[in-house]
Amino acid sequence: RLSYRAALELGSPPAAAAAVAAVATRALGTDLSYVPIPGDSQMKTVTLIPGDGIGPEVVKCVERVVETLKAPIKFEKFEVSGANPDGTPRESLPDEVIESLRRNKVCIKGTLWAPLYKENTNTQSLNVMLRKKLDLYVNLVHAYNIPGVKTRHEGGRIDIRIVRENTEGEYSGLEHEVVPGVVESLKIITERNSRRIAEYAFEYATMNNRRKVTAVHKANIMKLGDGQFLSVCRETAKRYPNIEFEEMIVDATCMKLVSNPEHFDVMVTPNLYGNIVCNVAAGLAGGAGVVPGVNVGEDIAIFEQGARHVGRDLIGLDLANPTAMLLSTAMMFRHLQIPMFADRLEAAIITLLAKPQNHTPDIGGKASTSSFMTALLEKL
Amino acid sequence: IMRGSALKQLGSLIARGAAKESTAIPAAQGAVRAYASADKQITATLFPGDGIGPEISEAVVTIFEAAKAPIQWEEQRIGKEVDPETNSFITRANLDSVLKNRIGLKGPMATPIGKGFRSLNLTLRKELQLYANVRPCLSIPGYKTRYDDVDLVTVRENTEGEYSGLEHEVVPGVVEALKVITATASTRVAEFAFKYASEHGRKKVTSVHKANIMKLADGLFIRCCREVAEKYPDIVYEEMIVDNTCMQLVSDPSQFDVMVMPNLYGDIISDLSAGLIGGLGLTPSGNIGANGLALMEAVHGTAPNLVGKNLANPTALLLSGVMMLKHLNLNEVANKIEDATLSTIAEGKYVTQDLGGNAGTSDFTKAIIGHLR
Repeated sequence: RLSYRAALELGSPPAAAAAVAAVATRALGTDLSYVPIPGDSQMKTVTLIPGDGIGPEVVKCVERVVETLKAPIKFEKFEVSGANPDGTPRESLPDEVIESLRRNKVCIKGTLWAPLYKENTNTQSLNVMLRKKLDLYVNLVHAYNIPGVKTRHEGGRIDIRIVRENTEGEYSGLEHEVVPGVVESLKIITERNSRRIAEYAFEYATMNNRRKVTAVHKANIMKLGDGQFLSVCRETAKRYPNIEFEEMIVDATCMKLVSNPEHFDVMVTPNLYGNIVCNVAAGLAGGAGVVPGVNVGEDIAIFEQGARHVGRDLIGLDLANPTAMLLSTAMMFRHLQIPMFADRLEAAIITLLAKPQNHTPDIGGKASTSSFMTALLEKL
Repeated sequence: IMRGSALKQLGSLIARGAAKESTAIPAAQGAVRAYASADKQITATLFPGDGIGPEISEAVVTIFEAAKAPIQWEEQRIGKEVDPETNSFITRANLDSVLKNRIGLKGPMATPIGKGFRSLNLTLRKELQLYANVRPCLSIPGYKTRYDDVDLVTVRENTEGEYSGLEHEVVPGVVEALKVITATASTRVAEFAFKYASEHGRKKVTSVHKANIMKLADGLFIRCCREVAEKYPDIVYEEMIVDNTCMQLVSDPSQFDVMVMPNLYGDIISDLSAGLIGGLGLTPSGNIGANGLALMEAVHGTAPNLVGKNLANPTALLLSGVMMLKHLNLNEVANKIEDATLSTIAEGKYVTQDLGGNAGTSDFTKAIIGHLR
């Protein structure tokens, strides 16, 4: 018999779940049984946006995995790019993509180009526009170290879930040049969005058996804006007395993340600090190739990599790491209430990554995307 | 007895120090201060500060004297009441001293509670026109962290950006905060970063930004950096988005050299980098003002629980003092003190509690003096 708590000593939550399931299976002599309601195995349509950079390559891995698992998922694919053919940024996504998202409510997406270019005009990144249009106000990133993937924090257990506000803050896109050489950029913090994100953070903590929520801010300098965010977090915390609440200034947070990341559990942050904290946490857990993430709104969820980088240097080299996207796919299975596929996928990935020969270059190995996928599909 | 890796690092440090001596150092543009010679002393303002400030300042003064650094200290205490001329606890006399000497060293200061006056840091920044904050972050041999290969310098714009203090509530529940980026301030800090890089033999400057999202504001910042970069063809210039920078910093910090960035990213990344090498107790910091004025400081707290117990670690203030000497082009004595400090820590025999030893401040100081060659 292996308790979940004891299994956590072995590493990340999915590894622990897999270990428990494995022991239970051996003890019972049979696989675990998930009881469907009639009709649960009907095909669900999921929007698929391969994106730019290495997006198409890793999204193809997702398609192959879904096929091999025989999961009841049908993909509606849209090949759009963040840039026009001449390199200028694309202004908006086609209506059919938006309609598909509203219809299917679930999506898997690679990152779209948000290019820098010579003339500064004020178009927004397509990724940001999508989140605002569909009001996906939560960005959830789950950074945890996977046994076998070497990080600087050997022996430490990192399990950080970042709930990041996803639509306002510094990403408002409201900038103007007051006089030549002087630019003003507006950072917007609203009480409504702060409340929604704080609520989600505590709700997530409750549903996932988490013990602490840390609010990250800079309210000593931005007294009104971040001050508002912080006071809303404090109010929300009062309604969840079983969950510990702490506040930390963003620079001290980053310093603590690199010296003592085990301290953190769930973190709730406004947009920009969340971007920074997510990337620090991803770096600690093994990099952009292994951290999954999702954008969540009232009824739509878009699953993608936790650290949203297009991976320009890796295009076409068959070296991209599909782990992050596949772990996001597992999160999608649970979101669609077909967790058995998530269990199988995560257990297979964790087993594979325990062996260095399956590591792609971003985590220090020599495997290619293809060799990793061959091994994974065989295991599935 | 030093461990092999620490010995190797120390060797490369000393070699680098020797290399710095032989490199011609150009005079700082517009500098209005005298260069020291064997008989001529430079007067520097010293703010001992609060809490452990006086103890660690004493340690620094003792070590400087033993190393025969040509520095004459002009000690300044901040006021016990608000000075009406400055609307702060920092008095007019304090400020005039730094403006006259154009160089200073500051210990940790307690934040006065209350309202209606300017904060200490804000006063110093505005009155001395301190526009750049510089933090060299070097992995200290002998103090093991998970990151042993850090050798970078963060240069942070310190006057504008997200810390402009311009916020208002548009309607109840909606707050707007203004981030201001100007070509003047961006160019000024970029100029300093490249000049610092070329004077200290650094090979690369990375500007850190989020211009894919804040296209106008950060776009202006990196445009200014690019223009300055063209004037320094020997220095490699690259740009990196702030989120990728953070990820790279925690996975492979050795790839960074000098980094220049606007206020907020600078704040976060300089603290992140300090965390990589062991925290604010070991990190020097310098604030640069107009015409070569510089105020170096220890950025850690006043540690009220350690006062008077001979336990405080003077490393941060000492390394800030070393930064001060280098700013004055007194590289020989600067390197002497720096090497003595790092060898003492690497040796590990007489180090303070926070470094894992059980020596007192005075023993640590004596050990450093003993290592001065």
